[in-house]
Order: sequence, then C-alpha cells, then structure tokens
Amino acid sequence: MDALEAIVRLAWLVGAAGFVIGLMQMNSPATARNGNLLSAGGMAIAIGGTAVLLAARGEAGLTAWIIIVAGIALGGGLGLYTARTVKMTAMPQLVSLFNAVGGGAAALIAIDDYIRLASAQTFAPGSAIPLEVSIPTVLDVVIGSITFTGSLIASGKLMGLIPGKPIRVPGGQLVTVAIAAITAIAAVYLWLGNVSVPILFVIIAASLIFGVTMVLPIGGADMPVVISLLNSFTGTAVAMAGFVIGNDVLIIAGALVGASGAILTKLMADAMNRSVINIMVGGFGGGEGTVSAGGPEGGSVRSLGVDDAAIQLAYAQNVIIVPGYGLAVAQAQHAVRELAEQLESRGVNVSYAIHPVAGRMPGHMNVLLAEANVPYPQLREMDDINPEFERADVALVVGANDVTNPAARRAGTPVSGMPILDVDHAKSIIVIKRSMGRGYAGIDNELYVNPKTGMLFADAKQGLADLVAAVKAL
Amino acid sequence: MSTELLAALTVFVLAILCGFAVISKVPATLHTPLMSGANSIHGIVLVGSMVIAASATDPLSQILSFVAVAFATMNVVGGYVVTDRMLQMFKRKPAAPKADAAAGEAPKA
Repeated sequence: MDALEAIVRLAWLVGAAGFVIGLMQMNSPATARNGNLLSAGGMAIAIGGTAVLLAARGEAGLTAWIIIVAGIALGGGLGLYTARTVKMTAMPQLVSLFNAVGGGAAALIAIDDYIRLASAQTFAPGSAIPLEVSIPTVLDVVIGSITFTGSLIASGKLMGLIPGKPIRVPGGQLVTVAIAAITAIAAVYLWLGNVSVPILFVIIAASLIFGVTMVLPIGGADMPVVISLLNSFTGTAVAMAGFVIGNDVLIIAGALVGASGAILTKLMADAMNRSVINIMVGGFGGGEGTVSAGGPEGGSVRSLGVDDAAIQLAYAQNVIIVPGYGLAVAQAQHAVRELAEQLESRGVNVSYAIHPVAGRMPGHMNVLLAEANVPYPQLREMDDINPEFERADVALVVGANDVTNPAARRAGTPVSGMPILDVDHAKSIIVIKRSMGRGYAGIDNELYVNPKTGMLFADAKQGLADLVAAVKAL
Repeated sequence: MSTELLAALTVFVLAILCGFAVISKVPATLHTPLMSGANSIHGIVLVGSMVIAASATDPLSQILSFVAVAFATMNVVGGYVVTDRMLQMFKRKPAAPKADAAAGEAPKA
C-alpha cells in the first residue's frame, strides 16, 4: 500500500464515520439537519478521495473519465432536479425511486465484475471463480435486481401509475415460487464452480421478475413498509458489492443501511399491528372477504353541518386535531394549519395528535405539517397525547380511520392490538370524511356510531376550508 | 478463508451491529427523514461504480459502468437534497403565533 492509497483509505474511513455520526445526530429534530449534512460531507470526502486515487494511479483512460464525468452529470442533474421540485406529499415515491437506482447500481457492479472474470477465465481454463467472489456476486445481483424492479413498482403504485390496490394474477404464488426455485438452482450451479454468463443472466431475469411479482400483490397502504424493506435490501446489496470489489467503505455503509432499514421496517409494521411476513405474503386487506368487527353494529351515524362544527370548535377550550392518511392525500396540511390559527386567535388551545403511522410513512405527517409551518411543539406523539383526550372539548379527526377505531382494544378484530389514539375519550368528536367508506383494515369504525361523534361529510381540504370560513364568520 | 475476507466480514458484522444501535434510538417523528437519509448513504455505491468505470475497456463494461455511475449519483444527490428539504422544515419557529403568521408566507392562494 503506497502513501496515496493509505490516504484515500483514511478518507473512506472518515466518510464511514460521517455516516455513523450523521445517523446518530438524526435522533433529535434539533441536530437532524446537521447530521444529514455531516453524512453528505462524509460522502463527498469518500467520493473525492476515490477520484483522486483513480487519477493518481492513471488506470483510467480518457474514455473512462468521460464515462465517469458524464454519468455523474446526468445522474446528479436528474437527482437534483427531481429532489428540488418534488412536492412533499409525493416524497415517498421519490425516495423509492432513488432506492431503485441505488439497488440497480449495486447489481450492475457485480454483473460487470462477473462478466470480466468469466471472459478472463477463457484464457485460464480450469481455474474456477472462488466462492468468496461468487457468493457475494450472486447475492448482490439477486438482491439488487429485486430491489430495482420492486422499488419501481412501489413508486409507481404511490404515483398512481399502477393501481394501488393489490393486483393478483391467478396462480401468481406459483409463479413466484417457481422463479425463486429457478434462482436458487442457478445460484447453486454457479457456486459449485461453474462459470457461465448466460446462467448469470437467468438469475438477473428471474430476480427482476421476482421484484415485480413480490410487490404487485401488496396494497398501496402497505407501501411504506415495503419501501423501507427494499431500502434495507439495497443496503445489503451495496455491502455485497463491497465484498465483490473488495471495498470496505461500501461494506460499512451498506451494512449500516441494511440494519437501519430492517429496524425501521419492523417498527413500521409493528405500529400497524402487522408482521412483515404477513405484508409480503399479501395478508389481509386484499379486499377479499371483509371481516366483521363483531362489535356493536347498526348504530346510527349523526351527520353534522359546517356551521355547527365551527361553533363547537370556536367555543371549545381544548381542541385536538387528528390528521391522517386522507389529509395527506388531499394535501390539506395548509388548510388545517389555517383552521388551527383561526381557533388560536380566539383563545382555543390547539394541538395535533400524531399516530406513528399517520400519513404515508412513519413521521410523514410531521413533515407535511412542518411544511405548512405548524409549530413543532404542537405536534404530539401518541403516548404523550392519549391521556389528554379526556380533557379535550373537541377532537377533530381529518382523514384518519383505523388508527382511531376503538375496536382495536377488543380481541378478535383485524385491528386488535394496534395502538390507537384515544379519540373516543374526548367530550365530543368531529370527523371530516368523504363517505362512510371503510379504512384499510376493511372494517367499520365504531367511532363513527359513537353518540358523541358528528360526521362532516366532505373532502379533507374542502371541509377544512369551509370550517375556516365558518369560524371567521362567527 | 483469506485474511482480506476475514477482515471484510469483521467490518460487515460490526457495521450491522452499529446500525442497529444507532437507529433504534431515533424517535418516530424522524423516521421518514431517517429512511431518506439512510437511502442516500447507500449511494456510496457510487465509489464502486467509479472504480469499475475506471477499468472498463470493452464497450459492454463501459455501458454498464456508465449506467451504474449515473444511477448511483442520482441516488446520492437526490437523496441528500430531499432529506435536507425535509429536515429544513423541522426548524423551530422562534416567536409567538402572530410573528409566526407574519413570517409564514401565504402558501399558494
């Protein structure tokens, strides 16, 4: 190892340390932005160091430099443009898209490496590709390819390009199993010391199809968990790419992301009272056979006019707003902030109860409300605000459904055991909702038939705008 | 098993444990930015893409490495920028509601 390589390796170490410390700083809202910048700085040092190493070694010819510079310009431009212009509500699908290309890049590294080894092989017959190369190569190709198509499908579902509802192909499970079997056989064939580029392409094709068939049957509401899982996959694929080309910084960063994605996936699934395996297998919520809640059914629903709702809100002392998926979809975050400000100017205490999975991803609701300039201290987490519902005069539910269903406290329903917001403990409840349609769990919400509940049937954005106007007119 | 492989495996396992330890402390409110931040970190694959691009001589290798470099850069740049945009919004607003309302520009009429 010459001095230059030692310096570049140290630069990679600095980069890796930046990633770890950056993630640690993302623990708290106060330091999170610094953490991200630190991580970006580590990335810049690692990439800059690589460029210096390549330049000093003189291995890369003019063509190689053109490839690198053009690739960076193209990818960087696309990434910068989309990241700058995306609306915050559309952010999850963009993260999924970035995840797809990351997984694709990791797979391409192993594919390229294998093709080169295989063609070198023809000059030295009899020497097999060692297991310590072929194992990470195959794993990288498989995981990277699955992530690539899987993330594209997930992104397409969230963008609405592909129907969000679960898509089931007759015999789809069989196809998935067959593809998995083909991949496994091909992998073992290569691990036994056989060198074959066509077999590698069989693995690539099977994995790409597997990514599609894995994500297609999963409903749109589960996409956050899927994206998080695929994020973890990409990390693992990148770590494998690190083994393939013998680069520590890829291994460290990949393993870090693999671990973080796994934890995050589990946290998200837990908050929805679902197991990751259930989601991946398609579980409930597929719209086939609705499960009865088995609770008090047939209660009557009380419909509420805008003016009545406005009076209730304006003359309350404590109002808790419960924003949900419907608010995110209707992009009503600015409207809800406006209503809260109107109420505050009349001396009402307003706070927001944020369920861990409100919105389209954990924490997504905080991002949306922060974008609408809602003061951060008003955003309260579930465990923190649940005891306060009893003192709330009005709980205003906007586009949230399953996370408020008291049926979750009983055993034997699809939502049983899911942590919920104790909205039904409030003195009165106003629900803004387009229709009596069911939530993701496919069961009736017992909150809606509670005598304390008034239903304001409207689109979240329109309903909130009407409320603002009505409160102003009081 | 070679010394290099053993060293790489050591690094791999320790990095996984490190990831578990760091991540499990993040509060739920920051999960989306965290996911996005972690997503940018695996953009480190750009380093690997540059290494293979540098030694690519045949056209197939050149095409593969060009796509890999472009993909990886998109992951890095887009990931960090979108994460920063998210985190920018968590800035604590200093003053009372009135000053806040004055500062907050009327978002799209």
